[in-house]
Amino acid sequence: MSVLVNKQSKVIVQGFTGSEGSFHAQQMIEYGTNVVGGVTPGKGGQQHLDKPVFNTVKEAVEKAGADVSIIFVPPAFAADAIMEAAEAGIKVIVCITEGIPVKDMIPAKEYVKSKNCVLIGPNCPGVITPGEAKVGIMPGFVFKTGRIGIVSKSGTLTYEAADQIVKAGLGISTAIGIGGDPIIGTPTKDAVEMLMNDPETDAIVMIGEIGGSYEADAARWIKANGNKKPVVGFIAGQTAPPGRRMGHAGAIIGGKDDTAAAKMRIMSECGLHVVASPAEIGAKMAEVLGVKVSN
Amino acid sequence: MNIHEFQAKQILKSFGVAVQEGIVAQSADEAHAAALKLKEQFGSDFVVVKAQIHAGGRGKGTIQGKEQRGVAVAKNADKAKEIAGNILGGTLVTIQTGPKGKVVNKVLVAQDVYYPGANQPKEYYMSVMLDRSQSKNIIVYSTEGGMDIEHVAETTPHLIHKETVDPKVGLQPFQARKIAFNLGCEGEAFKQMVKFVTALYRAYENSDAAMFEINPVLKTADDKIIAVDGKVNIDDNALYRHPDYEAMRDLAEEDPTEVEAGKHNLNFVKLDGNVGCMVNGAGLAMATMDIIKLSGGEPANFLDVGGSANAKTVEAGFRIILTDPNVKAILINIFGGIVRCDRVAQGVVDAYQSIGNIPVPIIVRLQGTNAEQAKKLIDDSGLKVYSAIVLKEAADLVQKAVAGTI
Repeated sequence: MSVLVNKQSKVIVQGFTGSEGSFHAQQMIEYGTNVVGGVTPGKGGQQHLDKPVFNTVKEAVEKAGADVSIIFVPPAFAADAIMEAAEAGIKVIVCITEGIPVKDMIPAKEYVKSKNCVLIGPNCPGVITPGEAKVGIMPGFVFKTGRIGIVSKSGTLTYEAADQIVKAGLGISTAIGIGGDPIIGTPTKDAVEMLMNDPETDAIVMIGEIGGSYEADAARWIKANGNKKPVVGFIAGQTAPPGRRMGHAGAIIGGKDDTAAAKMRIMSECGLHVVASPAEIGAKMAEVLGVKVSN
Repeated sequence: MNIHEFQAKQILKSFGVAVQEGIVAQSADEAHAAALKLKEQFGSDFVVVKAQIHAGGRGKGTIQGKEQRGVAVAKNADKAKEIAGNILGGTLVTIQTGPKGKVVNKVLVAQDVYYPGANQPKEYYMSVMLDRSQSKNIIVYSTEGGMDIEHVAETTPHLIHKETVDPKVGLQPFQARKIAFNLGCEGEAFKQMVKFVTALYRAYENSDAAMFEINPVLKTADDKIIAVDGKVNIDDNALYRHPDYEAMRDLAEEDPTEVEAGKHNLNFVKLDGNVGCMVNGAGLAMATMDIIKLSGGEPANFLDVGGSANAKTVEAGFRIILTDPNVKAILINIFGGIVRCDRVAQGVVDAYQSIGNIPVPIIVRLQGTNAEQAKKLIDDSGLKVYSAIVLKEAADLVQKAVAGTI
C-alpha cells in the first residue's frame, strides 16, 4: 500500500516545459512514474515529452484525471502554483522549489489547510515509493523496495540513509522528503504518522536538522502513540553555531530547544533509537530489527 | 540579511513607526555637526553616540584598548565628537561579537529620548517573527524592556506575552489594544502604543522581514511611544522584491571568505575548526561536519556546493577553504545521484592540478552513481588524495588525518 504515491498515482508536473521540470519529468517517466501530463500557462494544447501540456491544473485534473502534482515553478510563482493545485482538487502536492519567501508561504499553507489535500515541501527532494512511483528529484536506483519508511528534511542525507538501509539488507517502503524551509506543508510528525499507519512499513528512519521543533513534536507523538514501530533518528547540525543559517532556510538555531543536542535528547527520552553519527543509520536499523548485515 | 540599526530605523520610519531620530556619521567632525543639527531640531544638548555594527550588546561592549563603550551619552556636541573619535575605527568587542570584535566604521548620533517630564519613562520589549510551529507570525512583547530577553524568558517567563496573527485577516485592532493593555499603557500612551504596534506589524509584513526586534520600545516622559533600537532581518528569499533593502547590505560586516564564496554561488559558513569540508546538499553538509567532530576534528566550515559539483566549483571551494591556515585536512563528501561521481572525481583531480601543490591531505568520499569508477580515478591519479566510498571509511580517514598519521 505504501503512503502518498503509488502505481495508481496520476502525476502532473507544474513548470513542465522549464529546464528543471523537463529534466526531472523525463527522469520520473523513465523510472516508471505515471506522469499524465504537465502544466505551463500559455502552452496548453502542446505536447511535451510525449505528454499533454495544460494551461491550468484544473484542466489537467478534468482531462487527465491528475491527483498528484510536482512543482518546479520558480520561487516567485511557486506559492501561487501550490494554491492552484489545491484549488483544482489535487490530493498530493509536492513542491520541490527552493527559495519561496516566507510571506508567500504563510497564506499558501493556510489555503492548503482549507482544502482536502496534502502538501509536501517546499524545498524538498520529493516522495518515492520504490518500484511504484518517484515523484521527486532523488536518484531512483538508490531506493530498493522494502519495509522501512524514511522521513527527512534533507535531500542528499535521505539518499545516504536509503543507501545504508539497502546495504544493511533492508529496503524502503516510502521515503518522504519533507523539506528544509521554515514553513513546510507536512511536518515531521504528520509524515511519521502516515508511516506508522502504513501496514507495509515495519520501521521508520527519521532525519532532522537544527531549527524549529518538528522533530521534538514527532518524538513526543511517537511516544504518546505507544512506540508502535521502531524509529531510528538522526539530527544533523550537532556542530552548527547558533544564529547562523546552515544552507537550508530553516536550519538555524534560534534558542536552546532547537539545537541538535536538545532534539536528540528528547528523541531518546521518547524511546527513539538515536544515532550520533550519520554513518550509523543503516547499522542501527539492522541492529534494532535483529537483521544480520552481510558486509 | 542583517542590516544596521540606522537602516532598520529608516525602514521602520517609512511605514510610520515612530523611532528615535538620528544622523549617521563616519568621522568625529561629522558626529559634531550631527549633534548640533539634532540640538537645533530637538532643543537638547544631549545626544547618544551609537556604534553601528551587526551585533548586539553594544552598550555593554567596549572598544579594544580604550575605556569607551559602544553606546554612550554625550552632554554636548564637543563630547559627541570626542566619543565618536574614540569609537570610529576602533574594534568593538561585545558579548555577541566574540573576542575578535568588529571594526566600527559608522556611528549613529541620536536624539536623547530619556528627557525628564510629567511621567517616568518606561522601557518595553517587542518583536515580530514567524512562529514556526504554527506557520503564523507572532508579536512577542514584555514589560521588561531594555534588557536581555533570553534572561527574562528564563527567570520570569510569565512576563513575556505572545500574540498570534491570523493570516486570513491580519493583525486586528483588538489585538493591538490587548498588547497596549497588557503593557500597562494608559491615556495618551495607550493610544500611541496601539498606533505603534499597528505600524510595526504593517512594516514587518510589507518589508518581507524575517525578524523585527525592538528593544527597547520607549514610553517617553511625555507619553510618546518610540523605537529606541531596532534589529531588522530581511528574508533573503524576498530580497528580489526589495532592491532598496538589498542595497543596504554591508559587506564589511560579513566574513570575507563568505563574501568570496557567494560570488561563486557556494553556500559557505566560516567556522573555527581544523578540518575543511565540501559537500552536496545542506543536510549532508551538516552531517559531514558532525562526522568530523566525532572523528576527533573540528569543522572549519560549512560548504554546500549544491547540485553542480564540477571542476570549477570544486576548485573555488578548495581555494576558499585553503585561505584558512588552521585547516589540516579537507573532506569532500558527495552523494552522487543525478550528479555522476566519476565526473566529480575528475573535477577534484582537475582542480587539484590547477591549484598545484595542496599542502594538506584531501579525503574524497564519493557514493552513488559510478562510485567505483570514481574511486579508481582518484586512486590512479597519483595525487595526495585518499578515497572512500562508505561514510564510515571516510570518518576513519579523517581521524587519521587529524592525528597526523596519513
